[in-house]
Order: sequence, then C-alpha cells, then structure tokens
Amino acid sequence: MPYVWLGEIMKDVAVIGIGMNRWGELWQKSIRDLIAESALLALEDAGIDRVEAMYIGCMSSGLFTDQEHLGAIAPDYTGFCPVPGTRVESACASGGAAFRTAFAHVASGLSDIVMVVGVEKMTDVDGAKATFALATAADQEYEVYNGVTFPGLYAMMANHHMHKYGTTRDQMAQVAVKNHKNGMKNELAQFRTEITIEQVKNAVMVADPLTILDCSPITDGSAAVVLCSMDTAKKLTKKRLVKVVGSGHASDTIQLAQRSDFSSLKSTALAAQQAYKMANRKPADINFAEVHDCFTIAEIMVIEALGFVEAGKGGKATIDGLTAIDGKIPVNASGGLKSKGHPVGATGVAQIVELVKQIRGEAEPGRQVKNANIGLAQNMGGSGASSVVHILEGV
Amino acid sequence: MPSPRYWREMPQRYRYEASKCSKCGKVLFPPRIICPACGSRNFTLTHIGNEGKVVTYSVIRVAPSQFVDQAPYTVAIVDLGEGVNILCQIADCEPDEVKIGMDVRLEFRKIQQEGMDGIICYGYKGVPK
Repeated sequence: MPYVWLGEIMKDVAVIGIGMNRWGELWQKSIRDLIAESALLALEDAGIDRVEAMYIGCMSSGLFTDQEHLGAIAPDYTGFCPVPGTRVESACASGGAAFRTAFAHVASGLSDIVMVVGVEKMTDVDGAKATFALATAADQEYEVYNGVTFPGLYAMMANHHMHKYGTTRDQMAQVAVKNHKNGMKNELAQFRTEITIEQVKNAVMVADPLTILDCSPITDGSAAVVLCSMDTAKKLTKKRLVKVVGSGHASDTIQLAQRSDFSSLKSTALAAQQAYKMANRKPADINFAEVHDCFTIAEIMVIEALGFVEAGKGGKATIDGLTAIDGKIPVNASGGLKSKGHPVGATGVAQIVELVKQIRGEAEPGRQVKNANIGLAQNMGGSGASSVVHILEGV
Repeated sequence: MPSPRYWREMPQRYRYEASKCSKCGKVLFPPRIICPACGSRNFTLTHIGNEGKVVTYSVIRVAPSQFVDQAPYTVAIVDLGEGVNILCQIADCEPDEVKIGMDVRLEFRKIQQEGMDGIICYGYKGVPK
C-alpha cells in the first residue's frame, strides 16, 4: 500500500542560504575542501555564522576516497564542532534524502537552523573503480554479477520505452542538447558547451542505445543549503523567503527486473504524489523543475512520472520544446546532471540550490526562468529504486 | 569476491532455487524471508523455469573491469513466467540478433573470473531457443 502523508507540519521551514562552487574534475581539492567551501558559501549567503546540526548527503566517500565518517569531518572542517553531523546515504538520491531529513529535523522543532551539504569526490579513483562504486547502487548479486552497468540498466529502460511508446533516438538526444544549452550559461556547470542531436547519436556507444553523450559525467563537487524555521527566517534574512512546501520520498525494488513495468518510475510517481499533496499543488502549478537526468531517457521518464505529461509522451514533449528554458515548464535550467555534472551525493542538494536561485531571480541571464515562483526538485537513486521530490515556493 | 559471498548464492545460480509463497503463490527469486506481495513468511522450495522471452535488452560496450574481455555483450531482462523476471546475459548470438520478444533458454555458463588466481564464477546465461 503506498505511503500517504496525513499529518501536519509542526513548523514551516524556509531555505535561507545556498552555496556552491563550480563543478568539474577538481584535482586540487579534497572531499573536506569541497564540503567546507560550499558550507561557508551557504553560511555567508544566509548571513549567519553557526548552525545547530548538519546533514551530509554522500553516496560513497568510502569507495571513492577511503574516507567514511563524514558526520564528523563536515562539522570539523566547517568550524562547527561540536555541532552534530549525520551522513545520509541513498545512492544518487543521497542529497535529496539528506535535505528531506534536515527538513523533518527543523519542522519537528528539534533544532532551528540546520545545514545540508551534498558532496562527492569522484576523481581520486580511475574510471573502472568509479564505475564499480556507482554500480553498488544496483543489486550486486543479481544485476552487477551478471555484467550489467548503470548505463546498461537505463539503456534497457530506454529500449523498453522505445518499444512500448515509439520514443525515438532524436527525442532522447534532445534532452542532452537542451540541458547543455542551459548549462552553457551556468557559471557553475562542468560542461559549458553546446552539442547537437547528431553529435549525441554519433558519440561513442556505451550501452545501446545510449552513447556517452546520453550519460551524465563523473564529477567532483559539493553544494550546501541552510534551512530554518519560517519565524527565524523572517528575522535573519532580507532576501526573498523560499518555503519548503512539499516533500516526498518513496522506494521501489532494488532490481529493475522485479518491477511490473520497465518504462515508468513508480518511486518518482509516489514521491511526487506525496509532495503535491503536502504542498496542496498539482503538476500544472509547477513553474519549473530540476530533475534527475542521469541518462537522457531518465528525464523523459521522470517528466512522465511527475505528471507534467502523460506516460509515453515525454520524448515528444521534449522535442516539441515543452521543457525548454522558454517552454511551458522549463526542466533543468541549470543544465541538469548532464551538463552541470553529477557528483552523486551533491546532486540532490544542488537541485535545491538551483530552485532557490531561480525563485530569488538570481540565475544568470539567458537561463533565468520567467515567473519562477514554484519549483520542483526530483532526485533519484539507482535505477529508480529510490526517489525524493521537493516543492519550494517563494513567499 | 569473498568465497562465502559466492557460495551463498550457489543454490540460485546453479540450481535455480526459488521460494514459493504458501499463502499467495508468488514465486521469489532469489528467495526472501518475507513475501513482498502478502507479508507471509511461509514458503516452499521451488525452481524457476529455464525458458522465457526477452522483455528488454542492451548491449554493454563499456564494461566493468571483470567483463572487459567479453565486451560487447548483451544483457537482457527475461520473463520466465510465473511472474519471475531475471536479468542475465544473452550468449551464443551476435548482439544485433537479440530482439524484444525473442525466445531464450537458460544454460549454465561461466560468468566471470577473479583475476588469474581467484575462483571462476558460474551462473546462468540465456541462449537463443
């Protein structure tokens, strides 16, 4: 039986600070540098010098950098000791899950001002080790054991979607083209270059039908946000207040093969249902969204699961411009995972950074969404085995 | 791969052992201690079928380190009936011969090897019927 949110939020929660540096292959920076840099930027943006608790979204600092216990590293290197820190892990949805945990923490009244840092330092290992680390988000014994990769899992969803709905290669490629076009204008994005549909289709094949340009990259990076109760936010900041109005989180089977359908994302649909209910909003009310385009097909399936388009219509809607920066519902104005980069644990927090930036009207010219008042963030782990959805609104 | 980890999965990989829920009849592969469909904890031993149809597939061209020598190779989700779908490789045919709806039979094959000194790991692969 699907979980349905029934209760009431004890306290309204606002995001009052955001912090993020440019992402990329950051050889000169360690995981502790990445955490501290974004944390300090978020603190500065919030105009405060201390928080009461920290949550850290990170998928696999152990496999990527041999370092666990970020719950201690983060407060230590941010100068917050003895503030408590807790790492939250849910594969590529770690950042979104950490944000949701911090939201619940503040809403419950346990603490008033809480920071979330999302981080992943991925380039301290070579490509094979990074692929191995990422594959731990899938079922090790019944998926990875048999030789499937993450692109392979999404490629199977893509083939199923193409077979079932007639989604085309061009429609998928357009997701990457659109996101690069937006990311080109994002000063913090890893790949600030435009690409064409032909380039995407003719790039090196990774797992048929997905080429390297259908896939999000390996990235070092972090992002941080500060949450506090609405009452405190009104006293602390003169910037536009951004309220967390909806939050949802759901899971699905770890194995793709054990789902009833391979071309839809049930966990995202359920998480969205919860978030819409809490926010008392419907898909048509959302002005813009940041979604988990780890692969081009993922964005198509996500906009269907979020209810922006009907099942099977995501590809056509993308090529028709529905989700372009000047479309009816701009998706991934930041460049998305594809162009901005995908340091896995940081992605979900960076999506919140982007929503706040857009709602405040602080995005770079050319990628600022017009009338960006209500934004949605969707962050996903594994082949869709966990999904987190948040809705933020300017007040 | 630590040997106990490999050894634990042998009943599934070698003999296709699965559990059948005594209450709702759902077949679970691999077996679990609670039925995700009805919550029952009573099961009987059964075996998954060894014939099925390809539901979806992909060709892995950039492979994980232990599979690099095999690339390109096809992976697929195969519907074995009784509500059981599994992921496996499709062998004994060219990648471009694999199609959705194709009939395959599971066979016992070498899956991977732990370097030059480690154990050889076996399991099932689908082959064209």
